[in-house]
Amino acid sequence: MGKIITNERLNEDFFLLKAEAGEAAEKAFPGQFCMLRAGEEYPLLSRPISIFDADPASGTLSFLYKNVGKGTDIISRMKPGDELELRGPFGHGFPVHMTGRTALVGGGVGIAPLYLLAKRLAERKAVSGTAADGLTVDVYLGFSGTPVLKEEYGAVCDALTVNIGGFVTDDVDPAAYDTVITCGPEIMMRVLYRKCLARGAGDRLWVSMEKRMACGIGICKVCTCFTADGTKTACKDGPVFRAAEVFYDEAAPGAEQEAGS
Amino acid sequence: MNRLKTTFCGVEFKNPVVLASGTCGFGRELAEIRDLELLGGISSKGLTLNGSKGNAGIRVWETPSGMMNSVGMENPGVRRFLEEEEPRLESLGLVNIVNLGGHSEEDYVEGAKLLNGAACDIVELNISCPNVKAGGMNFGVKTEVARGLVRSVREVCRHPLVVKLSPNAEDITGLARMCEEEGADGVSLTNTYLALAIDIYKRKPVFDNVYAGLSGPAVRPISLRMVHQVAKAVNIPVMGLGGIMTWQDAIEYVMAGATLVQIGTATLVRPESAWEIIDGMERFLEEQGIRNIEEIRGII
Repeated sequence: MGKIITNERLNEDFFLLKAEAGEAAEKAFPGQFCMLRAGEEYPLLSRPISIFDADPASGTLSFLYKNVGKGTDIISRMKPGDELELRGPFGHGFPVHMTGRTALVGGGVGIAPLYLLAKRLAERKAVSGTAADGLTVDVYLGFSGTPVLKEEYGAVCDALTVNIGGFVTDDVDPAAYDTVITCGPEIMMRVLYRKCLARGAGDRLWVSMEKRMACGIGICKVCTCFTADGTKTACKDGPVFRAAEVFYDEAAPGAEQEAGS
Repeated sequence: MNRLKTTFCGVEFKNPVVLASGTCGFGRELAEIRDLELLGGISSKGLTLNGSKGNAGIRVWETPSGMMNSVGMENPGVRRFLEEEEPRLESLGLVNIVNLGGHSEEDYVEGAKLLNGAACDIVELNISCPNVKAGGMNFGVKTEVARGLVRSVREVCRHPLVVKLSPNAEDITGLARMCEEEGADGVSLTNTYLALAIDIYKRKPVFDNVYAGLSGPAVRPISLRMVHQVAKAVNIPVMGLGGIMTWQDAIEYVMAGATLVQIGTATLVRPESAWEIIDGMERFLEEQGIRNIEEIRGII
């Protein structure tokens, strides 16, 4: 259980929720998610929501979420002081020990997990004389509606690019980066992967898969991804995978051609 | 006092609470959360002879007080299970139930033969899979179609055999009586209910397979009624399942005639549900001055 501290509406359908999370705030790793539940018997299942920010000192976790259905609608109407069923953190998150030029590319509410990643990378960079000396972090955010949290993202990266109403993937040149990390609609991530493949950078892309989940801990197999290495659960084996692993079908002959068209 | 101790077809359970197949994997993940050995038993993920990667497309959809799933028996196959999971499950101090499915009678029989080599405690025969040869019709709908399958598996299976019944059966009590006639040691019911959801904007079914299986508290009163009918109709013991979320629900099933209860969807909602249900049942029996749960079994 976690008591809600704030639950603010940011634009048409994005909300930022901060809740007491105890130990989960210490354990939280960029790219992980929590299972949030507000209903009794309907909605029955918890909602997997990416961790936007974690503050171990105050024991709080923040979640940027989009109101897309009954579950998130109920959560969006909860008030400070209300108790939310909160479990996690779950899943395998983003790589964080990269060096060199890094791009974080988010589309829609897929921008959510990139904030904590950018923040943790900025913290690494703040310690000089380490492997993070050559690290640069560029953040690309794509919105279909009113953009949110531009200042917050801008404060934790070297360069911020915001795309409104277009394709954020158009703004990114994968060849300019050593590591590219993306989270957003599957079609957006696939387009970015095709672009990476076309530029000979297919192995540099990591993606965070969004799937409908029930348990969040790997037992029900409703979030299975078919990968180059057999079936994997988005909740436990992922949600972060190498693009080449989950989009292996893109690497088929003709994929490069398609990306160039 | 061991108020919850239960015997089911000759197998001792420390309590009547069993994790339902398909909602607990092979116990690895839940073992990280709670002690599996506090449970009565585990019915691990349904197996098919050669394994399956499961269904494509959306696999879960929420409904009022329930959920629909179309996982499609994603499983590693009987051989890999025997190598990778069975030894660990055997070493645990709880009843190890292996759930076996298949798409043809030959698959089931071959799977059952392979399981003879393992020291599992019970085989739970899942007859809710579509029968490829009968045009994809679920094996468990028509009693006489299911009879052939139960008979063939019973002939080869050396373990206690429990048949898991589908609520989509044309005649649930007739199906259960058939299982008893064919030598099954028990039955479990119900599996999920065939259901449909439509995406009205895409003008398509939500699931690639069109129909999917409904479970959760929405189905509980119907499953409870079927457990009651079946428990009255047969002399072999019954495992009851369908939407059990709380210990009160579990007690209802016992009063309706279930010797054991299985916890399914509840585990997906709250992984510790089964453990809390055991504690609640224990408290209830103590408060009510019931020395063993059999005193209230089938009293309705």
